[in-house]
Amino acid sequence: MQTTYRIKRINWPDVFMWLVGAALLLLIIVGTVLTIQKGKYSANQWFDLAVFGLAQGSVYALIALGYTLVYGILRMINFAHSEIFMSGAFLGYFVASSMQQSGFMQSNPLIGILIIFLTAMTTSAVLAMLLERIAYRPLRGAPRLVPLITAIGASYFLQYTFRGLFGTQTRAYPEIPLIKGTWTLFGDFQIQKIQVVVIIAAAAMMAFLAYFVQYTKTGKAMRAVSEDKAVAALMGIDVDAIIVRTFVLGAALAGAAGVLYCFMFRIVTFYMGFIPGLKAFTAAVLGGIGNPPGAMLGGLFLGIFESIGPTLFLDGLGIAAPNQLKDVIAFTMLVMVLIFRPTGILGERISRTKA
Amino acid sequence: MSNANRLHWQKVIQIGVIGGLVGVLIALVGMVEEFNRRDIVAGVLTMGWTLLFLTILVTGYFAAAQHTGNQGASSILSGAIAGLIFSIVLSLLVLAIQNFNLRPVLVNASPPLVRILTFERENFSGLALLMVLGAVLGAVGGLIYILPGRVRSAVLLGLGLVAFLGLMQEIIQVTLRSVPSVDSALTWMFGRGTEKGLSAAGAIVVFLIVAVGNYLWQGNASKVQDRFAKLPFKNQRSIRWLLYGLIILVVLYLPAVLGLYLTEVINVTGLMILMGLGLNIVVGFAGLLDLGYVAFYAIGAYTVGVLTNLSGELTWAVGMNFWLALPIAVGLATLAGIVLGIPVLNVRGDYLAIVTLGFGEIIRILALSDFLKPTIGGSQGIVNIPPPAILQVVINKPQTLYYVIVAGCLLALFIGQRLRDSRLGRSWKAMREDEDVAQAMGINLVATKLLAFATGAAFSGLSGAILAIKLGTIYPHSFALLISINVLALIIVGGMGSIPGVFVGALLLVGLPELLREFAEFRLLIYGALLVVMMQVRPEGFWPEATHKRELHEATPDVVQADVVQAEA
Repeated sequence: MQTTYRIKRINWPDVFMWLVGAALLLLIIVGTVLTIQKGKYSANQWFDLAVFGLAQGSVYALIALGYTLVYGILRMINFAHSEIFMSGAFLGYFVASSMQQSGFMQSNPLIGILIIFLTAMTTSAVLAMLLERIAYRPLRGAPRLVPLITAIGASYFLQYTFRGLFGTQTRAYPEIPLIKGTWTLFGDFQIQKIQVVVIIAAAAMMAFLAYFVQYTKTGKAMRAVSEDKAVAALMGIDVDAIIVRTFVLGAALAGAAGVLYCFMFRIVTFYMGFIPGLKAFTAAVLGGIGNPPGAMLGGLFLGIFESIGPTLFLDGLGIAAPNQLKDVIAFTMLVMVLIFRPTGILGERISRTKA
Repeated sequence: MSNANRLHWQKVIQIGVIGGLVGVLIALVGMVEEFNRRDIVAGVLTMGWTLLFLTILVTGYFAAAQHTGNQGASSILSGAIAGLIFSIVLSLLVLAIQNFNLRPVLVNASPPLVRILTFERENFSGLALLMVLGAVLGAVGGLIYILPGRVRSAVLLGLGLVAFLGLMQEIIQVTLRSVPSVDSALTWMFGRGTEKGLSAAGAIVVFLIVAVGNYLWQGNASKVQDRFAKLPFKNQRSIRWLLYGLIILVVLYLPAVLGLYLTEVINVTGLMILMGLGLNIVVGFAGLLDLGYVAFYAIGAYTVGVLTNLSGELTWAVGMNFWLALPIAVGLATLAGIVLGIPVLNVRGDYLAIVTLGFGEIIRILALSDFLKPTIGGSQGIVNIPPPAILQVVINKPQTLYYVIVAGCLLALFIGQRLRDSRLGRSWKAMREDEDVAQAMGINLVATKLLAFATGAAFSGLSGAILAIKLGTIYPHSFALLISINVLALIIVGGMGSIPGVFVGALLLVGLPELLREFAEFRLLIYGALLVVMMQVRPEGFWPEATHKRELHEATPDVVQADVVQAEA
């Protein structure tokens, strides 16, 4: 009896990708070692970068939650989520600047901030509701490409509608005295108040979301719908209503993120949503899309990685102006995650099977 | 019965309010004001009003459609009521602008907008006129709904062509005034050229000719086609070739007639067609949604820019001949297509879109960075790309460049057409339908996918290379994500996977906005809305590919079943 032996065919694309991955890892290690050897940056500067990264990452995490929640339920990437984030920031800006002018902000800063948040969250939520009703709901059950293209279209429509309605100029966000300036920690570590506020506010909202999804009736219904729409409907859950609530929840978080983002960077434009939106999506994928804790973790990780990464990895290699390349680092990481761990840090394996 | 009736009127009112809000949005976004600078019918109808009227007509149409079937007067009444409500909503906007200062927030809520919306009249007579007009137009919308199909399409085509001629009058006049015998006819149709738009008489005549002609043609089209089909095969073929020959002659002769500006517009459109033909292979044939398509465009342009550059500031500038650099550019773009394709082999659907989008952004940021500045010029880009020459003819005018672009398009058209029905093309389509089944049928997914990416990238690289000599300079910001979205929009509007669809899409989405400068500001807004509406109303595009159309219309029950199957598993 003759047995045929076959060598398992070598999968060249995989080999290529492993080589690329190894090369990138090597680059990162060499760059890090060289940067640390040079000792150009003090501990203080690294601390600043890390705190900034954490603050930025909490904003990403808040936006990422919207992507993840919607993806978990509808298995679609809500490309227009970045515009929902922008809309909240925009309307929040108008309220903030009018309160600033009338002097209300100076006399009642806490109430003022609360009003800004409420406005932003409401705007985003209403917009998301309209979007879901007009653009997405008629497409349930259509081929996968159709809702995605709709979402891209909706994103551009919203962006340029805002441009038409509110003008093209870049507006400066009013400064809020209450959260200006720095605190000093451990003697010589300075920390900006605003960054602390952003981190705490984001953490509080994420804690609320975790509670909401885990323990409330709506949260349970959301998880049931995301598990299986048909069976959820049989259990007496109004699937359409739950989907709307999911959109609203994600949008409210995005609106809040928009306000926090404005507090940090203090500019408002109609295209401000695009890059944070893309980053937040990256964060959602990084953590495992469809998984809320993953989105939070992914956001924080991406924020810190992006803030420290360019300096740490690239400066030692003698690359000019490494900060310009921070987006390259973020997107490279997205690609690498999708290739080597499509499940993300905490997620199930979705990109191959369900996509 | 009365309950159903009440429900019906509620819906009509609802539609009127929604239509009115759309009208308010159109006004506040600034379209009405911007478009009002152009007339469709001189002194009678501006483009801005046309837009609003169209919205009212559509509102009336939908209101009338609330009745099942033809209800005669009741349908028209529904339309009129919806139109009236539309104008009431719009009037509320006017009153709001007059009484409050909205400008710090809404930049377009300005006195000029009020003047337009009240027909430059004082007090309430303008608003009253607006309401009467709204009701009348809504009624017309309702009337259009109850017209028999053949009449309706004739009327709509007539109105459409009047609008088109009105919009295009400047270009038509500039082009045709040189022909003496046409001159007087043009004067009659468009006036003496001082006004914009058609003259009133011209508009009516155009409408009548087109509408009646179309009505008759609809009755007889099948007869003409029958007669053609009954001809012997040989005659059919010669008629076809005659038609092709005529098209080729027109194409070759075009720049001589059209003049500088129009040729430039055609060139821009041509470059987009070239890219569209490439992306059509990736998205349309193979079903791989690629949003980073602009990366290859950039690679093609930068390769030509760097290699042909003479200034010596860039490290690799060797002052190469364009015709030598062109194949290198296409080759590099193809290679980049494969290299960027390998990582995404296992990534599907929406993930693919985001990853490729990330690639596009990476390439753009790298082009913009100081890091690569010595090689490709950083944010200052590359200037002084010398124009190439063929046999002493220097290609530096739109008229000469036109032939390069046409040659590129023809090449891409030929390759695309041949690939579509080849073994490879059929594998692509199989992959588009279902990757797993395609693999089970023995299709090598890796090779098939990479070939799709590579072919698409090659066309895009070619387009980029031509762009480099067209502009003579390259800046990183010419390669924003918007280009990818533009190309994607045009193949979707034309019809995914359909080659003639690329031409239709490019003419509609690139050519038309180039001609109508007023559109420039609202281009992306309109694209976005168009994509959303297209996906709901006509996902297969204006010139669909047969199989894809079938698929999209049968898809719904299939997908539902698939979901159920998935749920059971």
